[in-house]
Amino acid sequence: MVKLTIDGQKVAVKEGTTILEAAKEAGIDIPHLCFLKGINEIGACRVCIVELKGMNKLVTACNNMVESGMEVFTNSAKVRSTRKTNVELILSDHDCKCATCMRSGNCSLQTIANDLGILSVPYRPIAEKNRWDKSFPLIRDASKCIKCMRCIQICDKVQNLNVWNVSGSGYRTTVGVSENRKIEDASCSLCGQCITHCPVGALRERDDTDKMFAALADPDKITVVQVAPAVRAAWGEGIGLFKEEATMGRLVSALRRMGFDYIFDTTYSADLTIMEEGSEFLERFKNKKQYKWPMFTSCCPGWVRFAKTQYPDMLPNLSTAKSPQQMFGAMTKTYIAQTLGIAPEKIFSVSIMPCLSKKFEAGVPVMASTQYGQDVDLVLTTREIDRMIRADHIRAEDLKDEPFDDTFGTGTGAGVIFGATGGVMEAALRSAYYLLTKKNPDPDSFRRVRGMDGWKEASFEIEGVPVRVAVASGLGNARKLMDAILSGSVAYDFVEIMACPGGCAGGGGQPIHDGEERAEDRGTVLYGLDRSSECRFSHENPAVRRTYEEFLSEPLSKRAHSLLHTDFTQWTLENER
Amino acid sequence: MSRLDVKTRDTAQMVVEGLYKDLERRIIASPPGLCPVDMASSFLKMCHAQTCGKCVPCRVGLGQLHHLIEDVLDLSEDVSLDIIPLIERTAMAIRDSADCAIGTEAANMVLRGLAGFREDYIEHVTNHRCTESIQRLKQPVPCVALCPAGVDVPGYTALVLEGRCADAVRLIRMDNPFPTVCALICEHPCEARCRRNLIDAPVNIRGLKRYAVDHCGKVPVPRPMDETGKKVAIIGGGPSGLTAAYYLSLMGHRAVVFEKRSHLGGMLRYGIPSYRLPRKRLQEDIDAILSVGVEVKNDFNIGGENSIQDLRDEYDAVYISIGAHTHKEIGIPNEYARGVISAVEMLRSIGDDTMPDFRGKNVVVIGGGNVAMDVARTAKRLGAAKVSIVYRRRRDDMTALPEEVEGAVAEGCELQTLKAPARIECTPEGDVKSLWVRPQIAGTTDRSGRPKPVDSTEPEENFPCEIIISAIGQATDTQDFEKYGIPINRGSIVASSSSDVANIPGVFAGGDCVSGPSTVINAVAAGKVAAANIDTYLGFHHAIEKDVEIPAPRYSDHLPCGRVELKERQAGERGGDFGEIEKGMTEEEASQEALRCLRCDHFGLGVFKGGRVEQW
Repeated sequence: MVKLTIDGQKVAVKEGTTILEAAKEAGIDIPHLCFLKGINEIGACRVCIVELKGMNKLVTACNNMVESGMEVFTNSAKVRSTRKTNVELILSDHDCKCATCMRSGNCSLQTIANDLGILSVPYRPIAEKNRWDKSFPLIRDASKCIKCMRCIQICDKVQNLNVWNVSGSGYRTTVGVSENRKIEDASCSLCGQCITHCPVGALRERDDTDKMFAALADPDKITVVQVAPAVRAAWGEGIGLFKEEATMGRLVSALRRMGFDYIFDTTYSADLTIMEEGSEFLERFKNKKQYKWPMFTSCCPGWVRFAKTQYPDMLPNLSTAKSPQQMFGAMTKTYIAQTLGIAPEKIFSVSIMPCLSKKFEAGVPVMASTQYGQDVDLVLTTREIDRMIRADHIRAEDLKDEPFDDTFGTGTGAGVIFGATGGVMEAALRSAYYLLTKKNPDPDSFRRVRGMDGWKEASFEIEGVPVRVAVASGLGNARKLMDAILSGSVAYDFVEIMACPGGCAGGGGQPIHDGEERAEDRGTVLYGLDRSSECRFSHENPAVRRTYEEFLSEPLSKRAHSLLHTDFTQWTLENER
Repeated sequence: MSRLDVKTRDTAQMVVEGLYKDLERRIIASPPGLCPVDMASSFLKMCHAQTCGKCVPCRVGLGQLHHLIEDVLDLSEDVSLDIIPLIERTAMAIRDSADCAIGTEAANMVLRGLAGFREDYIEHVTNHRCTESIQRLKQPVPCVALCPAGVDVPGYTALVLEGRCADAVRLIRMDNPFPTVCALICEHPCEARCRRNLIDAPVNIRGLKRYAVDHCGKVPVPRPMDETGKKVAIIGGGPSGLTAAYYLSLMGHRAVVFEKRSHLGGMLRYGIPSYRLPRKRLQEDIDAILSVGVEVKNDFNIGGENSIQDLRDEYDAVYISIGAHTHKEIGIPNEYARGVISAVEMLRSIGDDTMPDFRGKNVVVIGGGNVAMDVARTAKRLGAAKVSIVYRRRRDDMTALPEEVEGAVAEGCELQTLKAPARIECTPEGDVKSLWVRPQIAGTTDRSGRPKPVDSTEPEENFPCEIIISAIGQATDTQDFEKYGIPINRGSIVASSSSDVANIPGVFAGGDCVSGPSTVINAVAAGKVAAANIDTYLGFHHAIEKDVEIPAPRYSDHLPCGRVELKERQAGERGGDFGEIEKGMTEEEASQEALRCLRCDHFGLGVFKGGRVEQW
């Protein structure tokens, strides 16, 4: 143990503890801005500076270790003045029009500046001019960027795509797309992790709420919305609800208040995905030699984008099944329209997703199964739907739970866990077991693929046949796994990959909490919903059964193929909407 | 991509490296009179370009600091004095919280400026202009501005180029009656900021002067002006006293030099070895000075029966220029043992032609200044078996000119740096046996800007020797002057920048006895200043005028061209005698070098404001 004093308090902490952590243990919060534990410990913002007795220079608390006998002052006159000056300097380089910033109220810079009582900035405003294609799903507002470098670090260290880098020099040092590329050409997966780790409003999703409100206001449009599994575990966070208050039923109720005509659950098409993808896996498994192995899931468009740019030779290994969003979209303008007795040309098909890449996926040209436009007309992230709830001044906590609309609001626990890492794999294994044995397994028999490890593996015997599976989340982990497969050091039959650490629960479209990783908590919520579900097997979803009986006949049928499967080589990344 | 690559520099990088060198030279060529606030701002802009951009204080702070200082410099009306504390607070925050030296030191530069030239900041904010003192420093010709005596450098380089060496000497004498001495041993501050630095390297000004004095023949001095009947007593016949005497004589006053020693020249004779300044060459200048009618009283000691009071009563004015001829104590045990001598003492006896016998002896010299090098090289010439120069700091910290250190080493003197003298060990008979030293390490920087030597843990070392020469500085013997009421501060006489001594009308002082040990050109300048102000004190305004026509500049593109360096006799050959070491330029070299002069008297500000002082 190292003994020291912080602001006069005696503290004893483990060796190797940073001053910031030691202070926190003593109940002293040292303000900080750029620090992100384990990811960005570079002392760039100089806000967490503290004074050490006997030293003239101040040191950063975030990346300096405690020493025995140290006397730390977090609020000396020098620290106060310097911290304030540094925050003023940051503000001078930041477009401080908070009223028009979507991060207002959830901005670390705003909080620190307010806390320090900064009422004016004595320096010339020098915020960088913004130059960015506002139609791209990922938007960087240079005038808001405080150069904390977190986006670079997240993309390098966690996602391993190196999309961002420091660019410019001297005065004009900023963050830019690496290697002088344009974002469209930078192999960005659109995972959105840079957005969820940005302390300010410099990175955000393209805001499509105006388009949504316009569609809601259009009497000629029938709005059909699907809500992704992971959204239900997070939507309340962005509007200040307690976890217990943020029920799926309240979200449905809120959507109905806003005027959505039909409110359905993506869990339905997640179950449909399992039917198609599970059957495809068994089909491939039975004819092993005809296919390249392992088979990969394909429901994460971030992963698809990653695979297309980083491992194009592996594309044939991806399941041809569309993602639940796209399956839902394809069904919306065909079978669902038919069932509801509405004209497909009037349908405005919307999805609410925890994801940025879904905005891209919906716009892929081949994702149009009918002549009535794209299968999914608009994708809203969890954050956007929260903003719409706030815009419509809906007090969600006062709403009563309401059910989804009939039939296509029906999902299973297996579909719900799509939102957590390992969930697709687990749901697929539950149904594959049934398809092979015609018996249901214990729904929790495949729980070994749960959890926050970035790369999990397991082997299960079904009818005496071993099935080797792996699950990875986070693209850095995905790359390690892919390289291991390519080098032959590992071999699997079925692999689930999600671009975001923790899966969709930690998606790039989810509410932001600076310094916190909520994927695990949200995943736990989803597994809880699964456990309490009446039905925990995709193949038992009555809506899915009805869909096959009335419309698709059976998994992998010709119609199923044309509506629910895709050829990823046909996807062009340049056509983002 | 391969795993590792050999690092190569691309063209851009190589060009930038070249530009860095250009910038270094450009900074060197900064003449006096530049606005310090503007320079601080410009430096800051460059510092900011060096930031890596990671941290806020450096990336944003330096830029904002630059904006603030630019606001100070702008002629805008809406900047108030509040901006100065804001600059200070911002710079302090950067200094204290920058992550690395790129930010810290840039902020430190601003803070040093705020402390050093705050009035310039204030003047800009309140009156939107530079301070008067800065504007006064603004002079068109850097070499003239930096020569303490203001010698017309472009004038005489132009004359050398035309082969008019006698005219060159005549022109030099207008400001400095020691053209030969300065041609041989001047430390040439004129070269420091030579504008030629912008292109390649400074003009070898001293070398050209040397060419002039080597090729001018005997140049008669101007005719003195009409006699005034005034008498001026000059105490001390060194460069300062003789300069004052020369100009006062030219002005028609009767100048009488009272010299303590048997020969004139002061430190030029009693301090500088003849291998650097041969006696014969010194005599050329002295003869010329005496030829205007200066009277000399040798072996005249002030004090006792010859009191200053008497001189002051007898003469209309007195100029004190007694130099700094006493040694400083080393302050270690046994420093008065037989065999320990001071450098001044040794050089003085040589000046009076008494050569010590160092044959076969081990000599240790203590010190790192020019005098230490002089005595070491002299000891070598006097037959010492081994000469060691013991210095408590590093070689780079020596105050001696690098070429002097190099010369000493070349001639076989051994440098023992980072060794602080601890004590002298003696034989039972009281003779020096050895010098014990304490090894040092170069520590943190002291006020002189050099690392302070501190004792290391290594054991003391021993240098066996028979002779120890201390060359750790000189002082002025001020006792008799203090008795008379001359103000003394830290061992030197106190005189104003116009040379007058406070409260004693008619008494002036200058040279080493006022400034402390310094250079010959500073002594000359002090003598010139004294002459002018004594003339005024006596109620006159005699002008010393330029009597030489300066040739027009030649057309030249001033392409980069090598600087001609003076050659020296081989170390092995010269080390054993007192013959002159340095050789002058050839005619070919002199014309090339003279053509390198950019003639700032004619170009740039010179053509506008006049590049020449016609009289003083």
